[in-house]
Amino acid sequence: MIRLVLRDVRLAVRAGGGFGLGLAFFLIVTVLVPFGVGPEGAVLTRIAPGILWVGALLACLLSLDRMFALDWEDGSLDLLATAPVPLEGVVAAKALAHWLTTGLPLVVAAPLFGLLLNLSGPGYVWLVVSLALGTPALSVIGAFGAALTVGLKRGGLLLSLLVLPLYVPTLIFGAEAVRRGAEGLSVETPLLMLAGITAGTLAVLPFAAAAALRVNLR
Amino acid sequence: MSIWRYANPAKFMATTERLVPALSWLAAVALAVGLVWGFFFTPDDYRQGSTVKIIYLHVPAALIAINAWFMMLAASLIWLIRRHHVSALAAKAAAPVGVTMTLIALVTGAVWGQPMWGTWWAWDPRLTSFLILFLFYLGYMALWSAIEDPDTAADLTSVLCLVGSVFAVLSRYAVNFWNQGLHQGASLSLDAEENVADVFYLPLLVAIGGFVLLFIALVLQRTRTEIRARRLHALRLRERMA
Amino acid sequence: MPDLGKYAAEVLTAYGVSLALLGGIVWLSIARGRKVKRQLEAAEARRRG
Repeated sequence: MIRLVLRDVRLAVRAGGGFGLGLAFFLIVTVLVPFGVGPEGAVLTRIAPGILWVGALLACLLSLDRMFALDWEDGSLDLLATAPVPLEGVVAAKALAHWLTTGLPLVVAAPLFGLLLNLSGPGYVWLVVSLALGTPALSVIGAFGAALTVGLKRGGLLLSLLVLPLYVPTLIFGAEAVRRGAEGLSVETPLLMLAGITAGTLAVLPFAAAAALRVNLR
Repeated sequence: MSIWRYANPAKFMATTERLVPALSWLAAVALAVGLVWGFFFTPDDYRQGSTVKIIYLHVPAALIAINAWFMMLAASLIWLIRRHHVSALAAKAAAPVGVTMTLIALVTGAVWGQPMWGTWWAWDPRLTSFLILFLFYLGYMALWSAIEDPDTAADLTSVLCLVGSVFAVLSRYAVNFWNQGLHQGASLSLDAEENVADVFYLPLLVAIGGFVLLFIALVLQRTRTEIRARRLHALRLRERMA
Repeated sequence: MPDLGKYAAEVLTAYGVSLALLGGIVWLSIARGRKVKRQLEAAEARRRG
């Protein structure tokens, strides 16, 4: 399984693998927002938590359809399904690889983008913490969506339609944590809820995704 | 004899053949009585004026919109566990009806909210939850229509329905946490304090009965169509093979 | 026609839109039902030859 993670990470980092694309997308979103709402610092400070979270979410979405599609096309997914590793483990490994190549860079780079949006002082810590807690859930939920749509020709658009509503709770608690943190309020409740969602999705969704993959491989 | 004999498509078709017209008539009568009674023969509310009449559409539609999803969840579970085709097709048949009801609830809510709350739309927890429910319905229907093989489609949409239900409930609580609402409490509950006044209560019950009957009739009729469509699909495949 | 007071437009819009949507889903269901039934009968007839 560790090999599988390493293989996926290596494939993603290699040229054309899409690594950094999510990050670039995140950057563009953060740059476009001030053009849309105007350069006033106060306004940006107010909306920064929400924008940063929505941007991270969309950046995650961007690379989801590649998660299983390539292995599906060249048949290695069939091999993985018959491999001694359970398919649930394969899904978990794929989600982990996706998180390492998309979620983790977002977590690391987010404070920089927070700077662009004039995020207020105490918000930075909570931005990093909430993204670190929340993005794994985004990757696992995305893995489920990708598993559902893997057999489809034009699955990308459908994938977003399926996955985005599932992102709602994560987004709400994540952005709420940053907002409260930035305003100096207690962040305990949203962070606990966020961690709860992540733990829950990590525990349950690999099974659902593996079930969907088995149906698609039938 | 048990309920499972209706899992046989032939038996289902034979039974619903007579059931659907009967239910449709009942639904039409109940809807007509409930809505006409509500529209013409109930007084205006002293605060809401005549907009209180919208309740006869809004509450039943919202009720069905949520319960249609529960029905789809139950049908999906039955399909995943017992592999009865009728069940999977019933879930598929219910989705468009559910989405229509969600839309009615949203539109009537917006029209009512404009004079009462002074805004068409507020990011109130109940409204937001319904919008999210609407998105879930859209995704579910899109997945059905995207997959060609009927059994694969039934399996995948069922899994989506299960996972979606969990997330729908989760969203409901998240949204509650996110914003305290404008929306009034339950219109119908055992706790009489919250209930709407008696004058509005009876026609509302009749209207709800009408919506429920209409929902059942529509789902049965659409399930019949889906069973036929499935058979048609199989026949065409066989023709192409020959 | 009852006196709807100053909210007549809202109430009528709500009823109009809702009834149109209900009518729409009923009509769609029936139309698709008829179409599929016709096609199925044709296919069955072909099969019997």
